[in-house]
Amino acid sequence: MRLRCPICGSRDRREFYYQGAAVMLDRPAPDAGEAAWDDYLHLRENSAGDVDELWSHDGGCGAWLVVTRNVSTHEIKAVRLASDVKEASA
Amino acid sequence: MRLSGKGLIDRSQNLSFQFDGHTYRAHPGDTLASALLANDIHLVGRSFKYHRPRGILTAGSEEPNALVSVVRRRGAIDPNVRATVQEVYDGLTARSQNAWPSLSFDAMAINDLAAPFLGAGFYYKTFMWPRAFWEKLYEPVIRRAAGLGALSGERDEDPYEKAYAFCDLLVIGSGPAGLMAALTAAEAGADVILADEDHVMGGRLNAETHEVAGQASADWAADTIARLSKMDNVRLMPRTTVTGAYDQGTFGALERVTHHQNVPVDHACARETFWRIVAKRSVLAAGSIERPIAFQNNDRPGIMMASAVRTYLNRYGVAPGGAITLFANNDDAHRTAVDLQDAGADVVAVIDSRTDAKAQGDYRLIHGAQVCGASGRKALEAITVRTPKGEMAIKTDCLAVSGGWNPSVHLTCHMNGRPTWNSAIASFVPTPGAIPGMATVGACNGTFSTAACFAEGYAAAKDALKELGLTAPDMVLPDAEDSATRVSALWAVEGKGRAWLDFQNDVTVKDVKQAARENFRSVEHMKRYTTQGMATDQGKSSNVAALAVLADATGRGIPETGTTTFRPPYSPVALAALGAGAKGKGFAPERKTTSHAASTQDMDAPMIEAGLWYRPSYFPKSGERTWRQSCDREVGYVREAVGVCDVSTLGKIDIQGPDASKLLDFVYTNMFSTLKVGRVRYGLMLREDGNIMDDGTTARLGETHYVMTTTTAAAGPVMRHLEFVTQALHPEWDVRIMSVTEQWAQFAVAGPQSRALLNDLLDAPLAEGAFPFIACGPVQVHGIPARLFRISFSGEHAYELAVPSRYGDSLFRLLVARAEALGGGAYGMEALNVLRIEKGFITHSEIDGRVTAFDLGMERMISAKKDCIGKTMAARPGLVERDRQRFVGIKPVGEVKQLTAGAHIFLDGAFATAENSKGYITSVGYSPTLGHYVGLGFVEGGASREGEVMKMVDHLRGVEAQVEICDPVFFDPDGEKVRG
Repeated sequence: MRLRCPICGSRDRREFYYQGAAVMLDRPAPDAGEAAWDDYLHLRENSAGDVDELWSHDGGCGAWLVVTRNVSTHEIKAVRLASDVKEASA
Repeated sequence: MRLSGKGLIDRSQNLSFQFDGHTYRAHPGDTLASALLANDIHLVGRSFKYHRPRGILTAGSEEPNALVSVVRRRGAIDPNVRATVQEVYDGLTARSQNAWPSLSFDAMAINDLAAPFLGAGFYYKTFMWPRAFWEKLYEPVIRRAAGLGALSGERDEDPYEKAYAFCDLLVIGSGPAGLMAALTAAEAGADVILADEDHVMGGRLNAETHEVAGQASADWAADTIARLSKMDNVRLMPRTTVTGAYDQGTFGALERVTHHQNVPVDHACARETFWRIVAKRSVLAAGSIERPIAFQNNDRPGIMMASAVRTYLNRYGVAPGGAITLFANNDDAHRTAVDLQDAGADVVAVIDSRTDAKAQGDYRLIHGAQVCGASGRKALEAITVRTPKGEMAIKTDCLAVSGGWNPSVHLTCHMNGRPTWNSAIASFVPTPGAIPGMATVGACNGTFSTAACFAEGYAAAKDALKELGLTAPDMVLPDAEDSATRVSALWAVEGKGRAWLDFQNDVTVKDVKQAARENFRSVEHMKRYTTQGMATDQGKSSNVAALAVLADATGRGIPETGTTTFRPPYSPVALAALGAGAKGKGFAPERKTTSHAASTQDMDAPMIEAGLWYRPSYFPKSGERTWRQSCDREVGYVREAVGVCDVSTLGKIDIQGPDASKLLDFVYTNMFSTLKVGRVRYGLMLREDGNIMDDGTTARLGETHYVMTTTTAAAGPVMRHLEFVTQALHPEWDVRIMSVTEQWAQFAVAGPQSRALLNDLLDAPLAEGAFPFIACGPVQVHGIPARLFRISFSGEHAYELAVPSRYGDSLFRLLVARAEALGGGAYGMEALNVLRIEKGFITHSEIDGRVTAFDLGMERMISAKKDCIGKTMAARPGLVERDRQRFVGIKPVGEVKQLTAGAHIFLDGAFATAENSKGYITSVGYSPTLGHYVGLGFVEGGASREGEVMKMVDHLRGVEAQVEICDPVFFDPDGEKVRG
């Protein structure tokens, strides 16, 4: 599998560290309540189609990436810098 | 028998090789199979289950029968080598397999007589009871009776390699379609890799007598390959099997680098290279595999594929028999008869199952007939032919069979794709788009004429070039044969007796029908019940026929029955090749501190691995016989005088920017924004789930400048965590982080004499009363700018002195010499560990990922004034319950004075069972300061048990001791020494 890092270009997946669903970007407020925190930390959709995931380019530039990947076909739909995604949503 | 004047072998040179102890002659260009046939050797192996005599069936990598063991240098053995793939070299030594005492007389052939009891599923039915007999008796006996070649049991000392390649277009297979695709792309300037498993490229062009562009097809192939080999943008990879197709245009490929050579013992070249090839586009031109037709005793030596007979004839100049017959259901096989006759071989008869079959030459054609049996045990003697008028016997020593062609769709199914049934050729073809970026051309696409292969190869290259932004050159495709494919499906001839489908696993038509009868109707169930297609050839030539028989037996069509799942690798890959570079230490880097040379060469310190780092365990002195003696002495240095220890392996992260304080307040539980410049603070870092991630000290060097230290083990994960916070949670913060672990060499100088040592060394001595505990700041050592931190991991008055790495070696030697002059010296990891346990300081032995601040009694370090990572979840009820296993000190109080890390703690008098465990010990050490073992651990209720006598049991080491739960700070509980 290969990912196209927006900074470094197309690289083998061995250069990357996989974190999990990109819901980690939307950290709840400290007083958001148990349900919101449980959701944030533990509950994942596990859907069979396109999923936004967090990957870190550990063996490269160190950028955190939001990778949109179809988990059934492994097709990579988009790779964006996590900082861009976060700033766009702010 | 070798025929004169034919073939691509070099008859001017002779090679000598051994098979089962006999010496034979071959020529360069021969495979072991062609050389054996040239020497009239037809019996080459015994079958897996019934030990039936077997010969050579095919001329390619799909070969199920002719498996041999090849002896290579240093006596190492390669089992299960396909004789059809192994090139002959001078001195090649090969042996037959699975036969005892000899290939010709095999005692285990008695299995063949017991065949009525050994059908599909016999393991499950026959060896059910008594239950205990399975492991002790049945399985060992079955394993010895059944089998292929055996490994030598020795270490494989030969080198293997991994390699990476990148290209615009990967062409898999170098037959007419692949060659044309590669040539077109190469002429357009694309970077092309052309891979083929054969040692001579050209595919079937080397095995046919057609003409291409007015030349012999093999000559045209050779010319084209020569032309490609001269182009800088083309890499030809012969002897390279593309074994798997993976995501985003990644392919696995195995190159057999030296299998064809008699490699000298000291030769360092890799035996095999496992390639990862990344291609922007790919063309699959993998060809197709001819399939047998099942009939009684169709596995006899001398029965071969019609295309293989043609290959041996045209490419190797070998006639595999003296009186040859053919059995076919298609036109293509008739070419074999024509070529044989042209070469002067005796074609006795061609039996074609089709009533409308027409002879293509002057030979006896029996149409509308079937071969229903074969006789002769170790060599074919005669066949029985069933015609509408009755049965007749025909004497023959070689029967060439063709049941049609199965396109090699394998790679197109490696990403979950399923092939599509094509009734015109009675076979499966690739489903378009199954592998993104891959086009399928030629015979693997169900396109069989040479002219059509050229056209498809060109068209696929043209499409790929367009995608790559290149333009295909105009090419005039060479003239070539363009005959139509005519085939009429025939899978198995009706009749009694056993008719073989899977030759390698000994699966018969009867077995498949029995599976269907016993309700293993799904193709995946039938496969597992009968073991059809589960041998090393993965049923390349037999799977389609087997599922056709299953379809027939279950009353379904072939497309509804479907195929089993194709998985990589396409053909077997040695684990040694996949694991290349991972043997022993492999490519793991060694991280060495600047004091490494002094510690190892001058001070003989044994090193201990900490992640990738190497750190000294202890520094032995003459007269010391155990590590404990050295460790005790080194602890004494620190407690009594002064010790020096390299602490450079701790992670160091430089943090700068106006929002540096915000970042630290957010990732640490405690406040750093209030820390004064020139001071250091201990910090606790949580994961978002409330458990502890790491701890360490952070120094404030300036208003907007901090240096964080992490534990050695967590340096990488903490850096990644900080990157996550600054990039993904708070990209708006103006802060930059940088790992500077390797930029600074840092040494602990610890003990009552530490200040005296430093004052003798620093350019400006520390004034009395200046530089108190937790101070930090710039200093100079011999004019070199350095950083000094007054921090302590031993509980003593201590410092850490950091200099740019290039001065580390010299500073370490200087510090050790000065320490020795003051009655101290260097100390290693063992002493460091004892010193910190005496003080109840934690490491990752304690904070193992399940431990909270509350468990450590550090809950007050979670600041109430701010949010931080992990704060909310750390307050969950379950994480702050009183009876959680919490941090304590442990000391022995009974007759057994030893403590062991990993031991569990039980109530005194309780059974030492898992459910009774009240906690566990994380760290232990012998404290020379206190004269007994000290331990740290976690016990239910924690400090509330202080003073309670409990029982420690180490089931692994067999140690049991009475212990007392105590305060984890064993030494100087008030911390007077550290401040002194």
